[in-house]
Formats: sequence, C-alpha cells, structure tokens
Amino acid sequence: MTLSRPPGDVEVDARRHLLTEMLRIRRFEERCVELYSATEIRGFLHLSIGEEACAVGVMQALGAEDAIVSTYREHGHALARGLSMRSIMAELEGKVDGCSRGRGGSMHLFDVDARFYGGNAIVAGGLPLAVGLALADHLTGRQRVTACFFGDGAVAEGEFHESMNLAALWHLPVLFCCENNLYAMGTSLSLTESETDLSLKAAAYRMPSWEVDGMDVVAVAQAAEEAAAAVRAGGGPHFLELRTYRFRAHSMYDPDRYRDKTEIEAWRHRDPITLLGDQLRASGDLDDIALETMEGDIVGEIDDAVEFAAASALEPAEDLERFVTTMETER
Amino acid sequence: MSSCTYREAVREAIRQAMLADERVFCMGEDIGHYGGCYAVTLGLLEEFGPERIRDTPLSESAFVGAGIGAALGGLRPIVEVMTVNFSLLALDQILNNAATLRYMSGGQLSVPLVIRMATGAGRQVAAQHSHSLEGWYAHIPGLRVLAPATIEDARGMLQPALDDPDPVIIFEHAGLYNDKGDLPGGAGPVAIEGAVARREGQDVTLVAYGGTLRVALGAAEELAAAGVSAEVVDLRCLRPLDSATVAASVAKTHRVVVLDEGWRTGSLAAEVASRVGEDCFYDLDAPVARVCTAEVPIPYAKHLEDAALPQVSDVVAAVHRLGG
Repeated sequence: MTLSRPPGDVEVDARRHLLTEMLRIRRFEERCVELYSATEIRGFLHLSIGEEACAVGVMQALGAEDAIVSTYREHGHALARGLSMRSIMAELEGKVDGCSRGRGGSMHLFDVDARFYGGNAIVAGGLPLAVGLALADHLTGRQRVTACFFGDGAVAEGEFHESMNLAALWHLPVLFCCENNLYAMGTSLSLTESETDLSLKAAAYRMPSWEVDGMDVVAVAQAAEEAAAAVRAGGGPHFLELRTYRFRAHSMYDPDRYRDKTEIEAWRHRDPITLLGDQLRASGDLDDIALETMEGDIVGEIDDAVEFAAASALEPAEDLERFVTTMETER
Repeated sequence: MSSCTYREAVREAIRQAMLADERVFCMGEDIGHYGGCYAVTLGLLEEFGPERIRDTPLSESAFVGAGIGAALGGLRPIVEVMTVNFSLLALDQILNNAATLRYMSGGQLSVPLVIRMATGAGRQVAAQHSHSLEGWYAHIPGLRVLAPATIEDARGMLQPALDDPDPVIIFEHAGLYNDKGDLPGGAGPVAIEGAVARREGQDVTLVAYGGTLRVALGAAEELAAAGVSAEVVDLRCLRPLDSATVAASVAKTHRVVVLDEGWRTGSLAAEVASRVGEDCFYDLDAPVARVCTAEVPIPYAKHLEDAALPQVSDVVAAVHRLGG
C-alpha cells in the first residue's frame, strides 16, 4: 500500500507541534542520561533517541478512547501520549509520585486514565494483551483502536505470530506498529531472520501492511492516521513497519560493538528532528527565535519534572506488599 | 438434591455465569465445535454462539494473553487451557503479565481473569499430559490458585473466581470429571479461600487437595478399620494457603501426613510441611510425613503409572510409620 497524500498537506501548526513533541522526548532522554550518570536513575534505561518520529507520529492518529501497549523503550510513547513528564521522571527515580509508584521504573510506565497499558520488557509479550484489549472492544461494540508497539526483534517470537494470526482471524481492531531499528539488542535483523522484509510477515496473515520512513514524522503521522481510520472503520488489524534507527546504544550497559560508526553517522544525517526542522525553516515557518522559545519551554518543563521527582517521597517500605492483589491493595 | 457429575457441575457453573453477566465469555482450544477436550463446554456453543464461546488456534500464549487484555478491557474471560502441561506455553503471559500487572502499575490495573485447566495423572496418557504443576503456580504472588476436589466446589468456585478482581487459576483434576454425586438444590457460590476438614478424626491429619482428596479419604476409611481415626483436610485453595486450618487440625491430632500428586522436591507438600514445622513444632508427636508422586516423568504403562502416584496403601503405610 502507498501513501495517498503528499507530506506538505499537513498544517504548519501541526508540524510545529510534531517538532515540539519530538524535541520534548529528545531533551528528556538526554537529561535522563545525565541523571543516570549522577546515579539518580538506576536499572535499565533504554533510550529512543533517533526514533522519536515513530512515537510522535503514531500518537497523532489516536484519540483518548484508544489504547496503547508499549515496550521497554517507551519514554517517547508515554510522553507523546500525554503522560505528565513529572510522573515519568518520578517513576525513573523510583518515587511514590511516579506513574507506577516506583514499582515499574523506566521499562514499566502505566497510566490507566491515558489507556497506556505499559511498557512490557518481555519482547513480544505485549502483543497478546493488545489483541485482548481489541477483543474487548470488538465484543462490546466500541469503535476503538489499540496501538501496539514492538521492535523488529519481536518478529522472531512465537507470541508475534500467534497474535498476528489471532488478530487477523478475529478481525480485531489492532494497529501493529513495528519500530524496525534493524537490531534486536545487538544482533542485526539479517543475522536473525530468514526473511527480513517484515511486511511479508504481515501479508502471510492477510493483514494490510505499510512500510513507512520512520525518520519522517509527517509520513508516520499520515500513515498512522490512514491505518487507524481503516482499523476504526472495521477494516481489521493493520501493520505499520516504521523504518527507524536508534542513535544511542541499546541500554546504558551496552558498549555498542556491533554497529559500524559510519552506519550510525549515515542515519544521524536522517535525524527526524533535523529533517522536520529544516523543512519548516525552508518554508519560512520556523526561525531561530521560535526554535529558542520551543527549546526554552522544554527545558523549563524538564527542570520542573526533575524538581518534582527530587521532592517526591519514597514509598514507605512497609507498603512493599501493597498492590500484589486487590486484598493487599486495600489493606 | 440432584445428582450430577463433576464435569456437569463445572458446565453449569459456566452457564449460570454467562447467563448472569454479558461480560463473561469463554475461549480456548476445541471448546466450541468439538465440545471441549473433556466435554466440559459441550453444548455451550449452541446456547451462547461463537462470539462468547470462542474456539482458538493452538496458540496458548496468544489466547491466554488475549484473556488478560480482554480483562483489562472490562470483560470477564474464562480461558480454558487443555492441560497444565500445555499451560507452560502461556507461562510468560500468566507470570509476567497476569500476576504482575497490578503491582507493576502501582495498583492501577486489574486482571479479573479466570483460567481453567485440567491437571493430574491416572489415565495412561504419559508424561506430556499428566503432570501436576499446581505448586508452580501456587508459588506466584498475584495469583489465586484453586483446586476444587468435590462436585460442590466444582459448581461453586467459578462465580466467586470471576468476581475476584485478580487472576484466578482453577485446576480440575482430569480424574474427577466423571465423579458423580449429589448437589444440594440451589447450590451456588462457595468461599474461594480456606481449607476445610472433609472428615473428622483424632489420631492423625491427612492433608490433601484436588485429585489426592479421594486417596486421603480412602486411606482414612482403611485406617478406621484398623482403629486409627484420621482427619482429612482439603486445602481447596492453594494460594493463598490456609495454614491455620491445618495447624488447628494438627493441634488436635499431633501427627500429619501431606499428600501431593506433584513431585516431592520443591512441592506444594514441601510448603505445607514447612509451615507445619514453623507453626506446630510443639504440637507434633512425630516428624511430618509426605506422600508424593515419584520423581519420574509420568509413565504410560498402567503398573508403572500406579507405582508413581500416591496410593491409598502408601498413605496408610506412612501413617503406620509415624507410630503412636
């Protein structure tokens, strides 16, 4: 399937909004690196720097009633979905005001009001959940979409194939969003898949699939809007392959030995933020002053989130067993 | 009073739950057109239609996970997994999602899901259809694990399990489906917590659950003929485990034998025995004894399978070894 609309069709304000959202994610994660070095954040920290267009683009297509299932590389998804930066930062610092009360950390952000069903740290483990959320919508006649993010590594898992089959078989309203950054942790797609064209896997389940430039946020937004509209209209599940790249290592522990520096450099030339920024400048819709204002607002939001997280309390250790079950929640 | 089988009791529990609440639906392998591999769901497809009695592909991980997602989405799914051996294919979903989501989300999410599965040996179906892994599931915080051993519990545990806001696994011992018994008229929900004494006694406590309850009751019968009065405690709920009822019985009898169709090492029986050691040390007149399945994959040949499983004679012998 090809895109029917040219990129220039989206309103200037909307494109500025896309740029702002991508910058929020980029600057937030850059601050996370500093906080990690300062040992304020611990555990695994998976950055999506370079992949911001995927999160921001897809979220444009979703309404408040839609659901999102995400992965362990999810700061971008959560921010773009509208979870407060404060609650995310507090979660990364393990504080009680974190969106998961410090029980999840970077990989497990949840917000039931935003219908954000969390980061799943088991590769492909979120796909069956997305199928079930969509099944609930199907059985109750609700016209909602469940967007399910996963990486290229997930396509090697049985849960991917089981879920794709079940969603297609039952014609369920799932928007599968594969963020193909070419590496499953440190092993390239070509070393793990007999068929590296992921759209063919969707085709095997008779699912419409769209290959999208995941570094072009406008293209992602357009594809997601069209696919989500088709899903919402009863067209069954759709599959978006978002071709993207992470500029940073897999996690803070990763020495990144498996990627050629020239490859990383080449992808950096396709930085989604620079791409959109340059387009807006070329059309006279963005200047240095506007960009400085944008950056200033974002720094302000991040400073506020960091301050909020620092001031937030730690949950008392006596509450360790709360929330294991409802019984223990209500103690 | 009406007479029915264990199988019919489970079926009636599903029917009534589906009639009472539109949010309840079933999915699993061969539950619809085939009628259920143990015929539990026979006739339900005709009564409720394919939207609510959903035949699934052989995709345990996907349909158990879809049950979790549907529960998150406001429904009350009953997912049938053919046997506990097959449930291993869905263990990721059960442990990493169903049991974990409430905690990991800081109490925001609820997974009101019921998973039913057959367990246990005794039908000569060998090592990949016969194991008793209830103890593994009982190990996991965030789950409630039930083992209905009687027709009344088979009929009554499902509705409160559906009402539970957290995931519940119900283990139905495959050897019980044909058991016949009387169900009091209007039999309905039962408590899904707490053990219960199925037979009163003074001299020794036999702790059992699921498929081993009848072994314990059989042993109690034989022991009575030999002048030993055995109390039989049915655990019923394997998580959370009711230590108090066991301890109260041991305080009376001062001796205990724990039965388990799981393997001895790291078993549920090990947990019960350990708790008796912790709670009842000064009440005991003899060491805690266990009768478990032999540590082998369940074999096919009848005489070998019988030799592997806890038998009435094993329990009687264990009681006699306690002396007194």
